Amino acid sequence: MKDLDREDDRREPAALNRRTVLECMTWAGAGVLWTMSGGVPRSLGIVGEAMAADAGSVTFMQISDSHIGFDKPANPDTMGTLSAAIAKIKALPVKPAFMIHTGDITHLSKVKEFDDANSLISHAGLDVHYVPGEHDVIDEEHKLYLERYGKGTNGDGWYSFDANGVHFVGLVNVLDLKAGGLGNLGAAQLAWLEDDLRGRSASQPVVLFAHVPLWTVYQQWGWGTDDGAKALDLVKRFGSVTVLNGHIHQVMQKVEGNVTFHTATSTSFPQPAPGSAPSPGPMKVPDDQLRKLLGITQVNFKQGQQRLAIIDTPLQG
Amino acid sequence: MKFALTTRGPGRARAGYAALSAAALLLVGCPAFAADAEVMIDNFTFSPQTLTVRAGAKVTWTNRDDIPHTVASTTKAFKSPALDTDDSYSFTFTTAGSYEYFCSLHPHMTGTVVVEPAAAPGQ
Repeated sequence: MKDLDREDDRREPAALNRRTVLECMTWAGAGVLWTMSGGVPRSLGIVGEAMAADAGSVTFMQISDSHIGFDKPANPDTMGTLSAAIAKIKALPVKPAFMIHTGDITHLSKVKEFDDANSLISHAGLDVHYVPGEHDVIDEEHKLYLERYGKGTNGDGWYSFDANGVHFVGLVNVLDLKAGGLGNLGAAQLAWLEDDLRGRSASQPVVLFAHVPLWTVYQQWGWGTDDGAKALDLVKRFGSVTVLNGHIHQVMQKVEGNVTFHTATSTSFPQPAPGSAPSPGPMKVPDDQLRKLLGITQVNFKQGQQRLAIIDTPLQG
Repeated sequence: MKFALTTRGPGRARAGYAALSAAALLLVGCPAFAADAEVMIDNFTFSPQTLTVRAGAKVTWTNRDDIPHTVASTTKAFKSPALDTDDSYSFTFTTAGSYEYFCSLHPHMTGTVVVEPAAAPGQ
């Protein structure tokens, strides 16, 4: 994402641009955390320091792309790595308020895969708000997903809720996909979203979360949502918008006006950077590197603060 | 066994089988049997992307990716279940026409099967 890098470079002080932060992550064994504040990524130091610095704020967790059932060389033990992610969350000094899972809970939408995922995730002891990935809706009419996670939702599983003054919206963009296209929200969901946001104060922070990125990360690999811009139009009057996605199994982010876009790492296997491989398929890395490329995402928010701080932590530093 | 000319990806050619089939066709002396064909799924791509067969041909898709894919007609003429690694799905095209399809999980993956009318008997 060269364009994004350029944009970031313009916004950041020379001493701490995105490249420097990434280099720091490399030499520190990926133990450096970073956050977004006022649109400027900054390092927060090692895990302990960062947690202490943010102890006064409310946090929630994001995990993504567990792919329970996947057993290929890129990670033959997706149960083990999901367990490690949950253990990381349980070990946090401040208990998060809740968790969101941005889809691809399972690999093949099988009952046992949903059961296994549920059993592991429940150990976190947190309320979990899900949205489906395309791997969770493989069965006809995506009944297995909706039976488990669709209670109280609208349409094909979309919903919203408020927590600590923030308005959260879970969107479904993996159904009714069109040949040659990208992710899809559809007219019914967009109409619902417009209705859901109507009358809300523009000063209320909004968090949109969905599986496939709502912004176009890389069209050639289908990493985007055809009508994502329509959803973003509906939230542009809000002062603080955070868009959280999964699907691409790597951290990617950008800031556009009041909107912060962020994709989470996977708990299962890494995928290549856009265009760096023949396809977006699972990327096999040396065994001792795998857990450095998987991880969890923590989001901190404080009343009155415009931006939410997003911290990615690898399973292994 | 049908008299089938199989089209396979590079490195997978079964030259002997194809030669045998060709010989069998010559012996029969009549191309009334539609040649079946295969489409491979590698690296999120259908190959060949456009396949031409005669009406009556059975087309078999095989997924060789580590990620599941589907084969779904844009007009709902056919749709496979999710194909995990090395799974196959076959569909027999009985009517001439152009059939566009895609992977319903990764819709940027598209392909076309062109079905030509079956040769008249005795031709």
